[in-house]
Amino acid sequence: MSTSNLSHPDLAQRFNKDEARVDWHDETLWWIRQKRDRSAWLFPEWESLRNQASAIKDNVLSNLHEHLLQFESNAQSNGVIIHWAADAEEHNAIVHSILKKHSVDKIVKSKSMLTEECGLNDYLSQRNIDVIDTDLGERIVQLAGEHPSHIVLPCIHWKKEEIGELFHEHLGTPKGNADPVFLTHAAREHLREKFLTRKAAITGVNFAVAETGEFVVCTNEGNADMGAHLADVHIACMGIEKLIPQRKHLGIFLRLLARSATGQPITTYSSHFVKPQPGQEMHIVLVDNGRSRQLGREEFRNSLKCIRCGACMNTCPVYRRSGGHSYHTAIAGPIGSILAPNLDMKKYADLPFASTLCGSCTNVCPVKINIHEQLYQWRQVIVQEGYSPAAKTVAMKAMAVTLSKPKLFSFAGKAGRWMIRNFPFLVNNRMNPWYKQRELPEAPRESFGDWYKKNQHGRKG
Amino acid sequence: MIGTKKISMAARDKILSAVKENQPAGVALPAEIVDAIVYEDAALQFIKVFEGIGGQVVLVNAWKDIDDFLRNNFAGQSKNITSIPGLRQVKQLDASVDPHSLADIQLAILPVSFAVAENGAAWLTEEMMQIRGLPFICQQLVIVLNKRDILHNMQQAYDKIGTADYAFGVFIAGPSKTADIEQSLVLGAHGPKSMIAFIIE
Repeated sequence: MSTSNLSHPDLAQRFNKDEARVDWHDETLWWIRQKRDRSAWLFPEWESLRNQASAIKDNVLSNLHEHLLQFESNAQSNGVIIHWAADAEEHNAIVHSILKKHSVDKIVKSKSMLTEECGLNDYLSQRNIDVIDTDLGERIVQLAGEHPSHIVLPCIHWKKEEIGELFHEHLGTPKGNADPVFLTHAAREHLREKFLTRKAAITGVNFAVAETGEFVVCTNEGNADMGAHLADVHIACMGIEKLIPQRKHLGIFLRLLARSATGQPITTYSSHFVKPQPGQEMHIVLVDNGRSRQLGREEFRNSLKCIRCGACMNTCPVYRRSGGHSYHTAIAGPIGSILAPNLDMKKYADLPFASTLCGSCTNVCPVKINIHEQLYQWRQVIVQEGYSPAAKTVAMKAMAVTLSKPKLFSFAGKAGRWMIRNFPFLVNNRMNPWYKQRELPEAPRESFGDWYKKNQHGRKG
Repeated sequence: MIGTKKISMAARDKILSAVKENQPAGVALPAEIVDAIVYEDAALQFIKVFEGIGGQVVLVNAWKDIDDFLRNNFAGQSKNITSIPGLRQVKQLDASVDPHSLADIQLAILPVSFAVAENGAAWLTEEMMQIRGLPFICQQLVIVLNKRDILHNMQQAYDKIGTADYAFGVFIAGPSKTADIEQSLVLGAHGPKSMIAFIIE
């Protein structure tokens, strides 16, 4: 990504320049969070479902070796070709080699955050393979030369007028038309032609069942199915943590996934791929890319339970106000901030700090990942490893000194309040990051400590 | 350059041994699946949810009523197709055709094995659609369902599916849709623009 040298605070500041847009982004995501709540509250068993999903994933992670072998063997019996990729580069090379074998240079791809994580689109386009993303939101960001800003809602940061402009430029829709129905149907026609002519399709995988060797792909648009069923070659790319032990466990996870993501009762399509169609080739690429390492990190292991619903992003006060691109990684938001430092601790050292640690993410997570606790733990690891941002280290040291000396703390408080009251411009200026996009209330004359002393005395008397 | 096959085999051993080394001590699966919601009237609940996600329900007493409904509403369309032998006025699907040739199908009328009240989804396997792409490529999808085959929840759904041997199966819940443009719900993203469920009482 072009913005990869900038940190979360820098990128968030850029997003925060347009205050009206930040409010709109914030409210849109909060509205989705509320839809999730209304959907979850319909079920008295919701909390038990979350516990159960989490417990099933405990079993998956603790027997991953056996589950992978079982899945591989069953999928192969079903006639599916299995590939293993230790990292992103190997994943990309495998996909490329399959396409090369079939002499395919134009493909369709449905949403797969794994291929985003691996940078597959860039890899293939550098090798003259044309990739069309077929999810509407992904197609929009692709036309704009961007990456998705949200794993479920890739263009949540785009306004319809801007999409109208983009489609006018790339798809020839009339200038000034920003009607979502009109624009969606224009994209439908544009992409239908791609579905009907492309010989290979890539999809992601939502769940893979060890017991049967089948995998499930969930979409609302039907783009994964349109691509996969009309192509000669179907390549499904999945992280090794996507396994679940038995088919019946799909009942638990499908009940949780869409309700947590958008508040829908289920996605329009939950497609169970078992065997290739006659004459078709079906491939599965099993990708590690740091997952086996995360499995060995006890305090971060639970992050591998993630089913990519996006609920933690929709509820996060930082994500909602800083935008997905400020995380400069394929998976943004709270869960992405746990996953990214595992891939590159130095590059993503800023992300675990992009949180208020309020715990809202943990409360909505359908598989009960202790997200905010892991963010807190990453901060400690990052500081110990010497990757923490320099300004933060100085500030933290100053704060540690102040907080450990009560007299100094009391004096610092008095001095601060006096400064804010008498010389507000010395504090409220561009040099102080606390005043960026913020206004502080007027400082009270006395501290709580002083007030308490006075009032306690009064009561006694 | 090393062949990708070689990469893959080396990667397989590397991944499996790293996983084995790093996975924690075995945790058993929960003994039982949690009890899922049961409704007073599963059919009523299905109708409510299915209509809520953009579907249309037509209650009928017999196959003859389906024939009548199709004649009254879709008689002008020549590009209708079905995999249900009983529907004589609609063209029977030829399972041997290239799925690409189905791009102009207006109405595809398919049987389903059951539907689910909690989420408005219907379960179809490859046998019912005959051609995998059909329920996605058609402009409008029509399913035919017996009222007694409406289950309460997904737990019952997977109990019913059991160990069935299908090559492809899908839960379909309403017309294809997207809300990617400013969260405005639009029906007919890539798949059917509408979905009708005939429920035979």
